[in-house]
Amino acid sequence: MAKKIIQKTKLPMPLQDAHARASNFEEVSLGYPVDLAVLEAQRCIQCKNNPCIAGCPVEIDIPTFLQQVGNRDFEGAFKTLMDNNVLPAVCGRVCPQEDQCEAKCTLGVKNEPVAIGRVERFVADYAALVKFTDDTPSAPSTGHRVAVVGSGPAGLTVAADLTKMGHGVTVFEALHKPGGVLVYGIPEFRLPKSIVEREIDGLKRLGVDIKTNHVIGQTFTVDELFTELGFEAVFIATGAGLPTFPKIAGINLIGVYSANEYLTRSNLMKAYQFPKYDTPTIRGKHVAVIGGGNTAMDAVRTALRLGADNAYLVYRRTRQEMPARAEEIDHAEEEGVKIIMLAAPTAILADQRSRVRAMRCIRMELGAPDASGRRSPVPLKGSEFDLDVDTVVFAIGQGANPLIRNTTPDLPVNKWGNIVADNDTGATMKAGVFAGGDIVTGGATVISAMGAGRRAARAIDIYLRNPSVDGFSPTDV
Amino acid sequence: MHRILSKEHLAPDVVRFWVDAPHIARKRKPGQFVIVRATEEGERIPLTIADVDKKRGAISLVIQGVGKSTKVLNSLDEGDAIMDVAGPLGKPTELHPGRRVCCIGGGIGTAVVYPIACGFKALQGQVVAIIGGRTHDFVILEKELRATVDRVIVTTDDGSYGTKGLVTDALKSLIAEGHVFDEVVAVGPLPMMKAVVDVTRPLGIPTTVSLNPLMVDGTGMCGGCRVSVDGEQKFVCVDGPEFNGHLVDFDELAARLRAYREQELESLRLYNERMACQAVST
Repeated sequence: MAKKIIQKTKLPMPLQDAHARASNFEEVSLGYPVDLAVLEAQRCIQCKNNPCIAGCPVEIDIPTFLQQVGNRDFEGAFKTLMDNNVLPAVCGRVCPQEDQCEAKCTLGVKNEPVAIGRVERFVADYAALVKFTDDTPSAPSTGHRVAVVGSGPAGLTVAADLTKMGHGVTVFEALHKPGGVLVYGIPEFRLPKSIVEREIDGLKRLGVDIKTNHVIGQTFTVDELFTELGFEAVFIATGAGLPTFPKIAGINLIGVYSANEYLTRSNLMKAYQFPKYDTPTIRGKHVAVIGGGNTAMDAVRTALRLGADNAYLVYRRTRQEMPARAEEIDHAEEEGVKIIMLAAPTAILADQRSRVRAMRCIRMELGAPDASGRRSPVPLKGSEFDLDVDTVVFAIGQGANPLIRNTTPDLPVNKWGNIVADNDTGATMKAGVFAGGDIVTGGATVISAMGAGRRAARAIDIYLRNPSVDGFSPTDV
Repeated sequence: MHRILSKEHLAPDVVRFWVDAPHIARKRKPGQFVIVRATEEGERIPLTIADVDKKRGAISLVIQGVGKSTKVLNSLDEGDAIMDVAGPLGKPTELHPGRRVCCIGGGIGTAVVYPIACGFKALQGQVVAIIGGRTHDFVILEKELRATVDRVIVTTDDGSYGTKGLVTDALKSLIAEGHVFDEVVAVGPLPMMKAVVDVTRPLGIPTTVSLNPLMVDGTGMCGGCRVSVDGEQKFVCVDGPEFNGHLVDFDELAARLRAYREQELESLRLYNERMACQAVST
């Protein structure tokens, strides 16, 4: 038999035309049709070591699901995914596969790796279309009850895993819709809200109880979850919920937003459909977004879709140092985003009505590498210039939300206010309390939060069975 | 969903609801607020919890119908439900026992100052309340305050009830008469709060104000409610809503409150048109 000839590059995924999509909120990527998904899955050479699995924070059995897709066993593939990932349609869209599973792919050594994310997305969407359900029965009820604080990726993962293990789980969400960053942060054009809803509905069917409008730290404290509501363990996954602004003049002018506010108005509150929806937003004609991460990309591409003639991304380093996924940067540029590298704002200038008139910037050059290993930007004296903008959005990172810390004094946090938790178990220094996701690590990715949820679920399961084992090893502090 | 247990009209366009919210009622302290969303398309808006009935597990909200969101809320009736109510949010009032306090409420602000006055009274404080309105019709919660605090002074802009003049005139008179206050609490329109702190600042009377900026999530996540207090950035939802009035940048806050003026008017116009059509067709 002749050796199988392998296509060297990933099969491209159809996209919405760049010009058209820059003015609508519909999804940019259209997903593989069946035949392309099968062909792409067949590129997997089923190598012996399965390095891709090690690259996946939730350890999906990638070679198996690819083989199943290659054999057109889509239902089997869906079950394989669901064994380890309760949000496959989300992860297939927003995971940085190029740094994870695909980075480890054996095929990727000489050619392009298998487009694992695209195939994952196909399987999840196909399953929804033909209504496959994951009917793997949960373990018999253990009678134990766990409270999960926050319904983002970490909280949902821990809730699903613990429910499957037979524990009773209640998820408390502060906002009126579950999903955390998946609903307030990531825009419709990258992750349609109907898809998030679909995956959360799946978790509800599994038996996860979700209570919205419950602000833990306020409605109930962490201690009250134990004493008043009778939970035996608590998992805190509140996310990175406190925007940071630079200390420059003009930060409180009208038209200056945190990315969180800008995106929440548009995504959660649907301000892009104002006045059908009541929440307004400023539809800037000339918008500057400051930052170089995925959140900055989401914000600047939202600005375009809200009707900006000029959508600038202002970043103090160069494209090589941007933390955003390369694909997102490419998509933004295709849509017309203008990237201004090596510049940072020094002041925001007002008109007579306290609205943004312009942003003063200074040019940067790259100096020696800093603690993160990236070359640090150094301002160039006398290089100030004004950018004519009416809206400014800061996507420069997050602090830790204070609500839980303020009402749980015996829960140690680090100097940034992030909860101190064991990386392998999520155990904190407070008995019965576990934590994971951005509230522990600071801003990271959906899948790393899900990985933390997965690890914490295992530890919580052990803790519930034997509360004297709390899983916290101080050496990890 | 939170059922409306009762509804009363307190003043033109001002409604008091008692709303079923047992989790919030059991926890709420004076000074705290809730975020409310009336419908699926609705905004999230902050409203102070005006009173609590722990036995019934209910909170009261006093709402002035100004824009679309508040008018939609005020159109609800007893037995209807408010879709989302989250809270209690914000820090409670810092209450100290045995204080001599002057609680000043302007218009709808009286509904915010009322629970604070009750809080000080509960701690054996001596409380004088000054409440003001444009006309007699706009003076709210007078009866409730009279039942609680030591003295109530009412002012109206047009003299149709109580003393003609502003709440600050009444405050100045009390001080001139020799009243000594350990603290003044002022809640109302921004110009009123600014006028009060202008009276108390030179006299060195600590003055607390409760701020009501635009908010989205109400949990510290978005930063939309940021204000400058003593030159420092504060988030009203998690650091407030009460601040030292002598240090608040009221002008900046006033500007920020106007951020969506055009959209708000547009939204209200469409709502009024729709209501007018409905009125015609029924």
